[in-house]
Amino acid sequence: MLRKLVPHPGLTLLLIVTWLMLVNEFKWGSLVFAAIMGIILPILTAPYWPDRPLIRNWPAAVEYVGIVFWDIIKSNITVAMIVLFRPAAKLNPAWVTVPLDVTSPEAITVLAGTITMTPGTVTADLSADGKALLVHCLDATDPDAVRDDIKARYESRLKRIFA
Amino acid sequence: MIADILISVLLVIGGVFGLVGSYGLVKLPDLMTRLHAPTKASTLGVGGVLLASMGYALVNGGVSWHELLITLFLFLTAPITANFIAKAWMARHVTAADLPPTGGERTWATLDLSDLPMQPELTPPPPPGRPT
Repeated sequence: MLRKLVPHPGLTLLLIVTWLMLVNEFKWGSLVFAAIMGIILPILTAPYWPDRPLIRNWPAAVEYVGIVFWDIIKSNITVAMIVLFRPAAKLNPAWVTVPLDVTSPEAITVLAGTITMTPGTVTADLSADGKALLVHCLDATDPDAVRDDIKARYESRLKRIFA
Repeated sequence: MIADILISVLLVIGGVFGLVGSYGLVKLPDLMTRLHAPTKASTLGVGGVLLASMGYALVNGGVSWHELLITLFLFLTAPITANFIAKAWMARHVTAADLPPTGGERTWATLDLSDLPMQPELTPPPPPGRPT
């Protein structure tokens, strides 16, 4: 019965919290409305999430968010320095292929997003068979090092989170 | 007083990074390198302003949650926008010869014009109707 009413508890909770944050102050009326939406929306959208992502290792996920936040701050400063002080002729932009070990669509999406948000790299494409990511580097003298860094720093952690 | 200084510092940091991100758009030589400036430098720009806004609300005796939501939405949308711009540009200006090999049998998804399904192993066909 409860399973039928709340088929996706995580989504329900996310909707309730998001709604309360949008309202920006706690009111019982808002909580009731948030609960109504939290129940109706997952039922209506059920056909769109046949397999949902499973996070198996929550401490690793929290650690990952922390690392990514830190890297975003670092990358902002690095990119700002390049923009301000490096003449365009001295840039070394490069394309890098990152072969993927993770296979779930969720893990690949998170990895691609992380690469875009972190030092000097933007994810441009996925290979047609889904086994490699195409990454553009703003300034890479050693593209292989960039690839190894992405695999060691982010992908290995994602493997543990979504394994 | 200290809070005022802190909020001002955050605002200045946010403003500087926002400015650098916009300047990068003008200065960098081509689209792919230009993409780097707004996706990154502006993240910290917006982040600084949002932290200042939360701090300001806190000092004036309230808690504001909107900034956390803005951060969440920004982190969801920025990589996707960058990816779409990159793909649109690749489709028009890039050939397979410009790119490194995928290491597999098939080329990059944007350049793949075959009728084979994209990422067949990643997207199994969903069963029709609602999941049970």
